[in-house]
Amino acid sequence: MSDENNTPSRSATARSWLREHSELGVCVLLLALGVLVLTDALTMSVDITQRGPVGPRTVPVAVGIGLLAVAVLLAVDVLRGGRGEAEGGEDVDLGEPADRRTVALLTGVFLAFAVLIGPLGFPISGALLFWGSAYALGSRHHDRDPLIAAGLSLVTYFVFDNLLGVPLPGGPLMGVL
Amino acid sequence: MDSLNSLIDGFGTALTPVNLLWAALGVLLGTAIGVLPGIGPAMAVALLLPVTYGLEPTGAFIMFAGIYYGAMFGGSTTSILLNTPGESAAVVAAIEGNRMAKAGRGAQALAAAAIGHFAGGMIGTILLVVLAPTVASLAVDIGAPDYFAIMVLAFIAVTSVLGSSRIRGLASLLIGLTIGLVGLDQMTGQQRLTFGSLQLADGIDVVIVAVGLFAIGEALWVAAHLRRSTGKPIPVGRPWLGRADVRRTWKSWLRGPLIGFPFGAIPAGGAEIPTFLSYVTEKRLSKHRDEFGKGAIEGVAGPESAASASAAGTLVSMLTLGLPTTAVAAVMLAAFQQYGIQPGPLLFEREPDLVWGLIASLFVGMVLLLALNLPLAPLWAKLLRIPRPYLYAGILFFAAIGAYAVGGEAVDLVILLVIGLIGFGMRRYGLPVLPAIIAVILGPSAEQQLRRALQISDGSVTGLVDTPFSVTVYVIVALILLWPLGRKVLGRDRA
Repeated sequence: MSDENNTPSRSATARSWLREHSELGVCVLLLALGVLVLTDALTMSVDITQRGPVGPRTVPVAVGIGLLAVAVLLAVDVLRGGRGEAEGGEDVDLGEPADRRTVALLTGVFLAFAVLIGPLGFPISGALLFWGSAYALGSRHHDRDPLIAAGLSLVTYFVFDNLLGVPLPGGPLMGVL
Repeated sequence: MDSLNSLIDGFGTALTPVNLLWAALGVLLGTAIGVLPGIGPAMAVALLLPVTYGLEPTGAFIMFAGIYYGAMFGGSTTSILLNTPGESAAVVAAIEGNRMAKAGRGAQALAAAAIGHFAGGMIGTILLVVLAPTVASLAVDIGAPDYFAIMVLAFIAVTSVLGSSRIRGLASLLIGLTIGLVGLDQMTGQQRLTFGSLQLADGIDVVIVAVGLFAIGEALWVAAHLRRSTGKPIPVGRPWLGRADVRRTWKSWLRGPLIGFPFGAIPAGGAEIPTFLSYVTEKRLSKHRDEFGKGAIEGVAGPESAASASAAGTLVSMLTLGLPTTAVAAVMLAAFQQYGIQPGPLLFEREPDLVWGLIASLFVGMVLLLALNLPLAPLWAKLLRIPRPYLYAGILFFAAIGAYAVGGEAVDLVILLVIGLIGFGMRRYGLPVLPAIIAVILGPSAEQQLRRALQISDGSVTGLVDTPFSVTVYVIVALILLWPLGRKVLGRDRA
């Protein structure tokens, strides 16, 4: 307790240093990915299947080594003050900090769709996906939003399933109709 | 005159009612997509890939080409009226075009842009007709080492020429190559990065990667930074040009393609560099140099013409060599793979109906686009008012359908989300998306060509450089790699 009180500035600077260098997280991920690719390649049994001088191992090994090298080079670049430029866009306002709540909500809505499409079928789960996403993005028209979602989902279902020949699950709703 | 005959046959294909319908649908969708903020042509083509499961290839590619050209037309409308270009190709149009719109000359700016696109697209497509068969016949007997060299060139070019940081481009490329490795090895059937999962043994479908990186990644990224107050588009009437304006712009329309077409054909990032070069050229040649920066019409006409011509140049490399130079071309290449068609020198021999039908439909599409865009521009501008929550919810909705349609499995949706989150992280930390998508699409075939080439040469590395073609390509690769070094040396001399 007293320790924390004594060094608030140090922990604060450490935290702000980490926040400024959050790009190092990318290096860690690249490093982990490189290790993963290399382990997978080196534990592969190639004895029976090898045809020609280059087997299924060579390219993964090269990619894995490349990932490790890039992770190190990127870390060096970040520590020297290099920064990846966040991408701009028509509707993107980089002046404000990232809205993590919206991203988390959207991720949740999308996962719920992946779970529900089996039992509920596309028309219902698709409408929930659209409505939930619009809500997460800040739309608060409680009368209009569900109607648009239901209409879009039904029309899309019929266009894809009947006209374009791309099968989508109808679910219980289509069983009733 | 061989290609002229083939082109006439192509018109026979393109002018059938069904294919006309696909062309019209493509240019309509393309224009809407170009106007709509947040959706680029690459995302649009990726989202529409599942539609092609039920379509025959000719119709699908006619539609895709319509989307590509249409998005170029539509993108300039957003630039001019809103001053917030979505497509990188339309950045330059915003400089002068938006000034013109603010000064009440929006109608002229839109007309200069639309006719510029028409002229650029027409000239570019004519060059495509003349050059593509020649390139294809020159390249017709290239073998495995040459293909591998071309793919290495594509990898190096997208990581080095684009973006501000090579190391981040390389990181993106390696992420893409890793995704491409997942699944059964094509030559031996060995499982790679599947972790014993049957789901992953089939590999991750290119459609899921493209939709995840372009659509989900983009939607999540915008959601995290959604602008609370969207800009108001400048109201505008029907586009028209006075005689004085035409006298000022016709040369710019004709000059644009000369810059745009060659840059589109090489892997240098599509329309970004040529539009800028065209702008600088027009500024230097203009008699009204003082107007630049305040709304000079030449500064809209030239770059827009260059942008459309670069799209035609892109198609030359894509169709004759199987080399995608832009994100749209990369996704179209993925669509070719879905149909089991390999773009390359043999495409013109094996699928003449498809290729010439596609090329002829470009001419048809261009006429349709001019007709759609000149009188209807004020209508298109209304699309800018769509509420953003609906727009991005819609993108997520159609992305979900696209991924589900691949195999009808809910697990694909989870993979899609994971790739979308990777795309989100890449946008946050400035890793360009294009190298990753090109690596996913070309990676597996690059590996195959490499192994085939080494098999022929019995493992000797010289087998990769034993043709004049591959040596030439590697020299180009070396030049690209050494270019910044040389520039540094030159810069030091000057300092």
